[in-house]
Amino acid sequence: MNETSLNISIRDVTKKYDQFYALKDVSLEINSGEFMTLLGPSGSGKTTLLMVLAGFTNPDYGSVKFGDEEVILKPPHLRGIGMVFQNYALFPHMTVEQNVGYPQKLRGVNAAEIKRSVEEALSTVKLEGLGHRGITELSGGQKQRVALARAIVFKPKILLMDEPLSALDKKLREEMQIELRQLHDTLNMTTVYVTHDQKEALTMSDRITVINDGELMQLGTPNEIYEHPNNHFIADFIGESSLLPVTVRNGKASLNGEEIALAEGAEKSGDFLLVIRPEKAFLADKKVKGANYFSGKLIDSIFQGESQLLVIKITSSNDDGYEVRVRVPNESVTQKALPEVGQNVTIGLKAADSYVVS
Amino acid sequence: MTIAEMEKPNERGLQQVAANERLTFFGLTLPYLLMVTALIVVPVGWLFYLSFIGRDGSFSFENYERMVKSKAYIRIFLTTFKISILTTIICAAIGYPLAYFMSQLSRKWANICMIGVLIPFWTSLLVRTYAWLVLLQKKGLLNNMAIEMGIISEPIKLVHNTTGTLIGMVHIMLPFLILPLYANMRAIDKDTLKAASSLGATPTRAFWTVFFPLSLPGLLAGLLIVFVLCLGFYVTPAILGGGKVIMAAMKISSNIELYFSWGAASALGVVLLVVTGIILFIASKLVSMDQLGNR
Repeated sequence: MNETSLNISIRDVTKKYDQFYALKDVSLEINSGEFMTLLGPSGSGKTTLLMVLAGFTNPDYGSVKFGDEEVILKPPHLRGIGMVFQNYALFPHMTVEQNVGYPQKLRGVNAAEIKRSVEEALSTVKLEGLGHRGITELSGGQKQRVALARAIVFKPKILLMDEPLSALDKKLREEMQIELRQLHDTLNMTTVYVTHDQKEALTMSDRITVINDGELMQLGTPNEIYEHPNNHFIADFIGESSLLPVTVRNGKASLNGEEIALAEGAEKSGDFLLVIRPEKAFLADKKVKGANYFSGKLIDSIFQGESQLLVIKITSSNDDGYEVRVRVPNESVTQKALPEVGQNVTIGLKAADSYVVS
Repeated sequence: MTIAEMEKPNERGLQQVAANERLTFFGLTLPYLLMVTALIVVPVGWLFYLSFIGRDGSFSFENYERMVKSKAYIRIFLTTFKISILTTIICAAIGYPLAYFMSQLSRKWANICMIGVLIPFWTSLLVRTYAWLVLLQKKGLLNNMAIEMGIISEPIKLVHNTTGTLIGMVHIMLPFLILPLYANMRAIDKDTLKAASSLGATPTRAFWTVFFPLSLPGLLAGLLIVFVLCLGFYVTPAILGGGKVIMAAMKISSNIELYFSWGAASALGVVLLVVTGIILFIASKLVSMDQLGNR
């Protein structure tokens, strides 16, 4: 076990508000030194779970252990965690230095050591030389860095982050995601990160816990979650996807009577949803073996810079048909060959990429 | 071709639009400007002039000289400051915990508490002052109850003295302290306290290192409003002080009503105004003026 971090063991944590479960028998093991993301839509319970870890919300029952120590009855100030808040929660009446030095001062560290550790923390977050600035003089990104420096200056073994990047603009957010990830790799503290942004979760995490309606839906590496979603909620929530209702019998799916070869699911039987990721579907000139084909009509074509998004209505026996999205990468060669809106097209999906969810 | 040489479309028209906007804003403030001029600037100027007119109608400093030389006047100023400072301190001691409590409640319960603060605030000053007289006098409700319960044998003198004046004034002034303080406390980001606590601060430590410093602007604003209002307070000290607690405003009144000495009254008024001005100036260095009007 690494001495700079602690594992977190969450067992049967339940929090009920009136008739509504914010958390329902949540059990989760977070490894020492791991970057774990709690991902879910707003109101899913992910923030409640983080607040339970921090000690700001008391569950109705359940156990939270940091290492071998039960902490659920401990007040927040005795838990020894670093925490970064959504809106930074910096102390506006203190300078950058005083903010970052605050936890050290509370711990009775001497002035020289405070100065040294504050400088170290500020350089870790690339804010050298800004120590004397007031909080109001900082940009959003700088504030975020100060909040981070303040949370890591006392070298906590566990770092909690509550949507820390949500107030930043897209470009800065994407830079910070990579920086935070690198920072985690350097400091190696156990990190629990809350976000509703699936792309952020995929970018940063060792593992992702998807939470919805107070329950854990799936736990896995970003790759597992993206490639093998447990159910249609996750398939829809993580990444883009088009979901087509199909009937599965004896390991074969069928849509409108046409057979679809599946990558897996031989045991399954009944009504399912076929997941089509836009980047995995392709425009097909000719049909080859080992892939499924759908014919339809191109109803919209949107230029999005790095790719072209095609919206295709699959021809169907019923009147409505189904919309499927296909993403064509922006390469000069393919760009020329793009069909016009209104044209009939055939799209393909490899059997290996064809899977169904309930 | 440089930009300067290029045609600037609609430049004149847009300047005209901006000028019209300025004119509109001036028009909106005009009624208030006229009122301030007519009701404040002119009368205060007139008082200022009167304060330099002696008994014989000539220009003189006698009104001010009397204030410095007469023991009675010095005593009045001392009383005024003592009562004002005490009222302000007691208001802070009672109001701060209440405002803090209210700021930690949910909006709904805080609003209910706020009604409790505001109902006396909306009740007539005179009614409340006489109500205190009824409660506090020798055969009043409070003394009778205490005697019946056997806590005291003789009635305590609660009114027509400094005690009575302070009780009444604190009650009247309390909302003026609570309103700006509460508004300030509400605006403090609750996450800063959570942050302090996650960083290792005990609740007491978090309060003194984070909450209290952040509430200071509201507290200073409240203290200032209460203190300044106390300096010129008339009705409550006049009734509950029973003529034994004489503050500056009461002396102004008696100068005019008993001695018909507008000059002396004006001089007192000018001194009070100048003192208030100095206090406001010092306070404005400590707290932004926005906070003073902040409810």
